[in-house]
Amino acid sequence: MIQALFDDVAFTILLTGVLTAASAALLGTFLVVRGQAMLSDAISHGVVFGVAVTFLLSGVAAGPLQLLGAGAAGLLTVLLTEWLAASGKVKRDAATGLVFPALFAAGILLLNLFARDAHVDAHTVLLGEIGFVWLDRVTLLGLSLPRAVVVLGAVLLLNVVYVTLFHKQLTAAAFDPVMARLQGLRPRRMTLGLLALTSLTAVAALDAVGVVLFVAFTITPAVVGRLAARRLPSMLGVALAVGVGAALVGYPLAVRFDLSIGGSMALLTAVPLVPLLLLGPSGALGRRLG
Amino acid sequence: MPSEPLRQLLLDPTVVTVALGALLLGATAGALGTFAVLRRQSLLGDTMSHAALPGVVLGYLLAQGRSLPAMLAGALVTGLAAALLAQLLARRRGVKHEAALGTWLGTGFALGVVLLSLVQRQPGAGSAGLEQFLFGQAAATLRSDLLLIGAIALLSLGLVALLFHRFELVTFDPRFARAGGVAVRVYETLLTLLLAVAIVVGLQLVGVVLMSALVVAPAVAARQLAGSLGAMLWLSAAVGAFSALVGALASAAVPGLSTGPTVVLVATACAALALAFGRRRGVRLEGA
Repeated sequence: MIQALFDDVAFTILLTGVLTAASAALLGTFLVVRGQAMLSDAISHGVVFGVAVTFLLSGVAAGPLQLLGAGAAGLLTVLLTEWLAASGKVKRDAATGLVFPALFAAGILLLNLFARDAHVDAHTVLLGEIGFVWLDRVTLLGLSLPRAVVVLGAVLLLNVVYVTLFHKQLTAAAFDPVMARLQGLRPRRMTLGLLALTSLTAVAALDAVGVVLFVAFTITPAVVGRLAARRLPSMLGVALAVGVGAALVGYPLAVRFDLSIGGSMALLTAVPLVPLLLLGPSGALGRRLG
Repeated sequence: MPSEPLRQLLLDPTVVTVALGALLLGATAGALGTFAVLRRQSLLGDTMSHAALPGVVLGYLLAQGRSLPAMLAGALVTGLAAALLAQLLARRRGVKHEAALGTWLGTGFALGVVLLSLVQRQPGAGSAGLEQFLFGQAAATLRSDLLLIGAIALLSLGLVALLFHRFELVTFDPRFARAGGVAVRVYETLLTLLLAVAIVVGLQLVGVVLMSALVVAPAVAARQLAGSLGAMLWLSAAVGAFSALVGALASAAVPGLSTGPTVVLVATACAALALAFGRRRGVRLEGA
């Protein structure tokens, strides 16, 4: 029975979308609250460099080694940017705009030149192929499961555990890093953990939604949550609902009108912004009514 | 003496077109990037370039085929729309500027991907003229495109030359400018508009994902070497032109090499060298 479920293409695609959206919304909420939303952009681009290098060094295009290698590249992107900005020669925004495109470009060129017939190619890295994730399978507990579902499920579990254990520290560091440090909450270590998990999630989601749509899944639901809710738990709830809802509605819509699946899912996360921007307390309509 | 095959390559009319186009695009993006870097708008550039994708595809759909003017006009419209929407969103309580930019970067690109899939299923035409807007393709430059590219370059750089002192004042000391009766908002808007133009004009060569880097990297390089805004503009234009030319020729010569990533890596290498060996720490208002 369970095997039949995982053999169903539609179920697999929906599950992949839901798992991606849930992890991204979870991390995105904290990144947005902490004012680090665009780090997800830098990380997901930087990850591509790691994918290429890991592939060239080991011939591995999936699995734990790829997760770690490419994940490390995501973290490296942030550290390199920080180091450059700390040198004082370049402002932070320019440092960001310099480092991650360079790593992404290097990754794409390496894939262009040395991995042309391989499982990984520049186009998939950019846009993802959520419609084909069910083809790549692994056997676990006697079941044949899509690799993307297994990896994304494991990563989501990791994210949930981290956020459950450290949500207090993560929020404290978000709103008052100085106070957090004084209370011995180690905000710096918390931040690194959050960014490492963002890197891992970006790698896990790469085959499904690619580099840029991952950014959409991370930032947009969290921003919707921020607009709709006052407190962090409700913000997180809204973000999760928006992300997962967009994945669930996006797939049938994409199939019905023969559109890009990942694109449709990502685009739908922005739909709640329309009423929120028009009607919210300082929106165009809200101002008139209030 | 250049070898025979190299000479043939350099005399090939297609290669000449591609090289000329790349030079113009690189110089324009490089020069206009100066203001983007000084005004800390790198991330805005990234957002506008990603959000240009739906505009490119809409232009393609409306013109019913590859028409550079239509696609660039579309890119300009949706890129600027994203910038406006980000400003609107960032005004809301709790939403920081960078989260607002990220929202429209992702949403704009997602819309572009959806529209792209709409074109791809059209019979016949397909997306032959559109794929190049993802990673850039130097070889896609046509002789007829050169006129448009040249006109945009001339117009935008001419505007910078004409309004140089106003732009300088607004960039370095907006408060002083305002006190002196300068319409700061007008010039700031104009500069943001020029950033959008710089991005849009280079899309075909570098692609939406990496275009912002062609605006940022040359300016970062120039900033380490130049002592005045004028010098920084020239240097940045030169680095941009050099990177674009090398990238375009390399990708035309080596099959499978994407243009955009090559251009960006050359520009970043220039920036890295300048950062390592440059002595100046930045450009200030002359006389200040």
